[in-house]
Amino acid sequence: MGYFTLTRLALKWALSKPVTTRYPFEPRQPVPGSRGELAFTKESCVYCNICAKKCPTGALVVNRAGKRWAIDRLLCIQCGCCVESCPKKSLSLTPSHGTIAITKDREWF
Amino acid sequence: MARTIIPFGPQHPVLPEPVHLDLVVEDEKVVEARPSIGFIHRGLEKLVEKKDYQEFTYIAERICGICSFIHGQTYCQAVETIMNLPVPPRAHYLRTIWGEFSRLHSHLLWLGLMADALGFESLFMHSWRVRERVLKIIEATTGGRVIFGTCKVGGVRRDIGPEAAADILKELDGIESDMREITRVFLKDRSVKDRMCGVGVLTKEEAYELGCVGPTLRASGVSQDMRQLGYAAFHELRFEPVTRTDGDSYARCAVRCGELFQSVDLIRQAFARLPGGDIAVKVTGNPNGEHIARTEQPRGEVVYHLKANGTKNLQRFRVRTPTFANLPALLKVLQGCELADVPVLVLTIDPCISCTER
Repeated sequence: MGYFTLTRLALKWALSKPVTTRYPFEPRQPVPGSRGELAFTKESCVYCNICAKKCPTGALVVNRAGKRWAIDRLLCIQCGCCVESCPKKSLSLTPSHGTIAITKDREWF
Repeated sequence: MARTIIPFGPQHPVLPEPVHLDLVVEDEKVVEARPSIGFIHRGLEKLVEKKDYQEFTYIAERICGICSFIHGQTYCQAVETIMNLPVPPRAHYLRTIWGEFSRLHSHLLWLGLMADALGFESLFMHSWRVRERVLKIIEATTGGRVIFGTCKVGGVRRDIGPEAAADILKELDGIESDMREITRVFLKDRSVKDRMCGVGVLTKEEAYELGCVGPTLRASGVSQDMRQLGYAAFHELRFEPVTRTDGDSYARCAVRCGELFQSVDLIRQAFARLPGGDIAVKVTGNPNGEHIARTEQPRGEVVYHLKANGTKNLQRFRVRTPTFANLPALLKVLQGCELADVPVLVLTIDPCISCTER
């Protein structure tokens, strides 16, 4: 049976810098390798529609005739399925979580 | 003495999960507990009819927010067995490593919640501080904090390079030393022991007959761990199930503390034996057949039943989660306990209601 068993740990951390950050005053640094916002490179895209077919949530829409690509940010689960299937490497996941979706509209590129 | 019914949950300050119990009390003693679940049923099993068997991996992972990786792994293992896929050994080892990291963060989360239920706020914060170190490793290697998203039918999506492995092992030393400091408080401190020793005793026979699984079963002295089946890379790693014989809340806490160090040891062993080669095989065709897969989650054994008929959608999908198996034991230990011990007792089975209700 022990008494004051947390004292050593409490004293150590009372004299150390806190592990928490003062978010949002100090922005969180994204962890490298994290699956964040989906980024699209318009220049290399051939509008083949593979990404839209592979997307498990149906977040992507490709308009072949009009050469346009769209994403519903609220549906995207950042799984990376489209990134793996893209033959032209036009898609990538950035480590940053990106901006918050504030409308239900699709983002067209 | 007149009997009163006190509702406990579905929203309760101690419990993060929506379980509802009607506690029949006489004075301060609980005579009977009547559970009612179903607040967060999402019909995930029915979704196999809408999503194809490869897409369903994402849904299987989302059955639970804490043991998500092992849900995905169990699903993939079941599909791979039906399809006779030769999964590369490296993928098996990586799944083992991530599965053990998932156990580490789940047990550290539980320790924090238990400290919170005991009213030991500073210990709660320290448990979660250590958990954050584990989550950072998980995020850097898989890309997600709790939904890993790396398991797929035929293997895994990401690899861990030799440099990253060395960094992880170095960080693991620090995590282990931090865990020693906090588990010492859980296992030695008078205020923790007073709340847990002798509370909610479940004998070996009762635990076995009520069909308990995981740490709840092992704390009563039954040495049963589904990892002994040798799935993924466990058949090549050395480990013994952590058991205690007292069967009380303290024993259940001690088993989880012991499993933290067991997981660290398993991760080290897996990194030491990590074979080279591919991390996934190409998957073609559709599954046709039936299989029952069993794995060990942080909360205990999970059973997946899959039935496929050669189309891209599975015909039947059923999950038996560890919390469902542990609920009869919870009702048993609640009979005759003090009202003030109810939150601690409910937490000792580590209830995950979102798993149970799917």
